[in-house]
Amino acid sequence: MIRTEELLLNVGPQHPSTHGVFRVIVKLDGEVIREAIPVMGYLHRGTEKLAEGLNYTQIIPYTDRMDYVSAMTNNYVLVHAVETMMGLEVPERAEFLRLIVMELQRVASHLVWWGTYLLDIGAMSPFLYAFRDRETIVNLFNELCGARLTYNYMRVGGVKWDAPPGWIDKVRDFIPYMEKKLQEYDKLVSGNEIFLARIKGIGKYDAKTAIDYGLSGANLRCTGVKWDLRRSEPYSIYDRFEFDIPVGTNGDCYDRYLIRLEEIRQSLRILKQAVEQFPPEGPTMGKVPRVIRPPAGEVYVRIESPRGEIGCHIVSKGKSEPHRLKFRRPSFVNLQILPKLLVGETMTNLITILGGIDIVVGEVDC
Amino acid sequence: MSDEHQTKEEALSPKGADGGERSEAPGSAADTDREARKREAAEAREAAAKPGSEAGASSRTEPEEPRKPSPKQPQLDEAAALIRALVAPDAVEEAYLNELNGDMPTLVVKAEHWRKTAELVKHHPSLRCDYLRNVSGVDYETHMEVVYHLVSLDSRKELAFKVRTDREAPSVPSVTPVWQTANWNEREIYDLLGIDFPGHPNLVRIMMPDDWVGHPLRKDYEPFDPEV
Repeated sequence: MIRTEELLLNVGPQHPSTHGVFRVIVKLDGEVIREAIPVMGYLHRGTEKLAEGLNYTQIIPYTDRMDYVSAMTNNYVLVHAVETMMGLEVPERAEFLRLIVMELQRVASHLVWWGTYLLDIGAMSPFLYAFRDRETIVNLFNELCGARLTYNYMRVGGVKWDAPPGWIDKVRDFIPYMEKKLQEYDKLVSGNEIFLARIKGIGKYDAKTAIDYGLSGANLRCTGVKWDLRRSEPYSIYDRFEFDIPVGTNGDCYDRYLIRLEEIRQSLRILKQAVEQFPPEGPTMGKVPRVIRPPAGEVYVRIESPRGEIGCHIVSKGKSEPHRLKFRRPSFVNLQILPKLLVGETMTNLITILGGIDIVVGEVDC
Repeated sequence: MSDEHQTKEEALSPKGADGGERSEAPGSAADTDREARKREAAEAREAAAKPGSEAGASSRTEPEEPRKPSPKQPQLDEAAALIRALVAPDAVEEAYLNELNGDMPTLVVKAEHWRKTAELVKHHPSLRCDYLRNVSGVDYETHMEVVYHLVSLDSRKELAFKVRTDREAPSVPSVTPVWQTANWNEREIYDLLGIDFPGHPNLVRIMMPDDWVGHPLRKDYEPFDPEV
């Protein structure tokens, strides 16, 4: 007779597949996971506490460091919250620039996800392809604001820097380039049998569960719920553009993969229209008081980041610093479903499922 | 040359970091331009400093009809009436539209009735707020508050709920059995603000180490270890 016993295994905090410092304690019965306990906080920097001692402009660089794969959308959620409170008008050109950088950021973020996800499950070369193409976007951002990762680009009332001459043309050239590369991605990976065997039907859940867990982004849409804040609760100037919201049917890792690839295509579609309608001139900063002091009260705004609904809840007492600033971080909320998905799965699927959720630990811990 | 302007401005400004905000036109035109902007800023400041600044903000967002009742008023009244009728007549402490936030219907519910209210709000056919998008804890120094932002994915109607609690022994019933997503959010609020959530399946720290002393987001927080 064989004697078996439960094995306790620590995955992380230092492990390449956790995309940062995130730890899962798993109890294993042979190869099968019986229980999984996520442990986080290794990257907790107390952004919300720090923000209480800073004025709103000083908080913007901190938002870059939350979801550092998608800094532009984080910038936007903060300035959008303050603008909503103060009832500020943003000039047309600034709003276009914001939309263009946010959509470029969505493409870049999904490329990082695509590359690292395939790296997680054992395919080395897609990572190089994805980073090669992301580099084009990073260079565009570098030209625009002098930074490659933490942009600090947006300001309350507009954007800090206008697009340099010829920048919009470079964005225009990037769109067909990326469309062509996407076909290459599909050829390389999307139909690959080994890949399909690894992710089809893995990490499945239904719409009811997804809503109950408050999932957002591709994690919610893969179950067939058509909920994208750019459409369902439009902000910025998204209501002027045509694009589709891809949804899945099975709620598994494969659907999430397809949705993210399709979202790149839809973002390119938005970019194409935005570049055409881009106002040739105009100010990039609105009329903003010297000291930004929102009236006493509170506001909750939310936008669609590449990872889902990122929200910003500001409680102001009429001072130049917030009384309380809370970020609703999609990675943190989406990660909650992980222990539920892992029970009964094999160890190898832990990596597939965790990667499929698409977390950024800087945002989980904040 | 625009660098010079910027540094000078920053030095004069009471809040230095705002100085670099505006792009400046080069040359002599910059001075007159800046004067005009300064005047505008001063006017805006005065407007913001007026006592009725909240009303001012709402009239800015809807300038053509500042006094008309909001289209969201019926939604607020309906929710308040339902809670009063089906939970308890005194369950709703306050019900108002948050003008700053696009007239978000906001209800302040008594802590002892919160759990039942949550069930009602989620399941009642005319509310159906199935998606809990955000939970925040706020330390107001006089009291603590937990804010819940809800939305119905079908009707796209939003509701915000607030539960106020005493600051010395803060406690709000957990709604994790109603919305799973409240689980980690409540743990985070417990960790950072020290609010207890009776009924929570596993209320332990989530961000700070387990042996941490104190709750950092409280306004009276003092770091325990002088080296930290």
